[in-house]
Amino acid sequence: MNIKKIICLGCPLACNINVEINKDEIMRVRGAKCKVGKKYAIQECKEPRRVLTTTIRTTEADRPLLPVRTGDSIPKESIAECMKIMSKKIISPTIKAGDIVIENISGTGVNVIATGNLFGSEK
Amino acid sequence: MVMNSKKLDMLIIGGGPAGLAAAIKAKESGIDNLMVIERSEELGGLLHQCIHNGFGLHYFKEDLTGPEYALKFINKVDKLGINYLLKTMVLDITPDKNVFAINSENGLIKFSPKTIVLAMGCRERTRYNILIPGTRPAGIFTAGNAQRLINVEGYIPGDQVVILGSGDIGMIMARRLTLEGAEVKAVVEILPYIGGLIRNEVQCLNDFNIPTFLEHTVTEVYGSDRIEGVEINRIDKNGKKTLSTGRYIKCNTLLLSVGLIPENELSIKAGVEIDQVTGGPIIDENMQTNVPGIFAGGNVVHVLDLADNVSLESEIAGLSASKYLSGELHRSHKKIKVSAGKGIRYVVPHYISGKEGINLYMRVSNPEENATLKITDKFNNKIIYEKKFQALKPSEMVCTMITEDNINLINNESGEIIISCNKKE
Repeated sequence: MNIKKIICLGCPLACNINVEINKDEIMRVRGAKCKVGKKYAIQECKEPRRVLTTTIRTTEADRPLLPVRTGDSIPKESIAECMKIMSKKIISPTIKAGDIVIENISGTGVNVIATGNLFGSEK
Repeated sequence: MVMNSKKLDMLIIGGGPAGLAAAIKAKESGIDNLMVIERSEELGGLLHQCIHNGFGLHYFKEDLTGPEYALKFINKVDKLGINYLLKTMVLDITPDKNVFAINSENGLIKFSPKTIVLAMGCRERTRYNILIPGTRPAGIFTAGNAQRLINVEGYIPGDQVVILGSGDIGMIMARRLTLEGAEVKAVVEILPYIGGLIRNEVQCLNDFNIPTFLEHTVTEVYGSDRIEGVEINRIDKNGKKTLSTGRYIKCNTLLLSVGLIPENELSIKAGVEIDQVTGGPIIDENMQTNVPGIFAGGNVVHVLDLADNVSLESEIAGLSASKYLSGELHRSHKKIKVSAGKGIRYVVPHYISGKEGINLYMRVSNPEENATLKITDKFNNKIIYEKKFQALKPSEMVCTMITEDNINLINNESGEIIISCNKKE
């Protein structure tokens, strides 16, 4: 039996979680103070996933970048490919916070969404 | 020459997370004649450049990015019709609460508010605060400044980077630069442990295999026009570099994530007393300073780890300022001093003036495992509060709530309680 030590990224508490693994099968998860932690630890053993946040270029000279995020976590493996796709994208100023900027990025099933408005708040 | 003069109930200095939370809370408690002054061109402060997620987990029970967190507050400010002035710099506050500000549209403006909420936040320590030896080439940035360049302005400061300091901004920039194609050659930390949150150590350093040098610092900067490299050295317990551990790292950029300083030049002009440890105003549990009617909230008081706590503390400042206006904030009780004892670097608030339960925010001096926080009445050495913690780290703010019952245990003759961090015996 193997014990995999995981530090939860679910919240700033950062619980130390021990996952007991026997022949690729998760036997027990210990140390998580909440459900999010347990779920995170199991996912981290199977396929680590992260929320990716970055910026995408815009057509506007005085606001050259718009902050974006993946709507959900994506496999850690696909982060580099997703960055490459986003580096080629240029968006128009009509995009608002919450809008989808790229659908199903790199086949992850996750959309990239804008997290800010180009020009101040929504009025 | 003063162009115009405005009478206000409340003036809030700073339109970042602290100022907005205070303004919203004040407006919701019925204060209409208030104004927020912000020096930059938009509300939201530094949140706009903090494009990473992890905001709002406490406050909104949602995982938000900085801009999303800011937008929730900005939209509320607009919805509530709170007045604000952008691109306006406050120059002076007098002890009788006259405030002088300037902008290019109105010129010099004088405000005479009945209350003031200080919400100026903090700024970064620079190379000159920590005295790094060597030449003075281009290519040395504070981490937050680099963050703004990369995330807002659209410039990459360099492609071979050494980061000095493992605070949260430093680690977040290590990941950000790596994602943008730069090579982060080292994160160098003078202490024997990482300076920021563990979650950032995992998701920013470990995820990207960034080399980390603990108990090391930059001992020499090389390069004339542009930085060409740094020398790093192991530092012993006495803060001296150990011989023969020197290591040259070639780089064209050095980022400094070496701490933040609350911005209190204005507070001092107003006669507000400053705690030399936190660098922020000395406050009571209502976030009121020693100057009646002047309140403070957020990073201007003490540098917090999480924006959520900035919002929560500043809401108290906004609410207390509203109560001050309606006459509800009277000191009916004796002020009790809250002191940092053994193992505690500082504790905020500095005074308790009421009897209601409150949150105490503190930082420990050293990392401790299985430690007990104790609050002792200085008058009779009686313990009024005790709580066990598995692990305490200087980088992670400890927040603990003491109840009305705890406060009632303080002897009537006592004027001071002491908080200490005790190792398991």
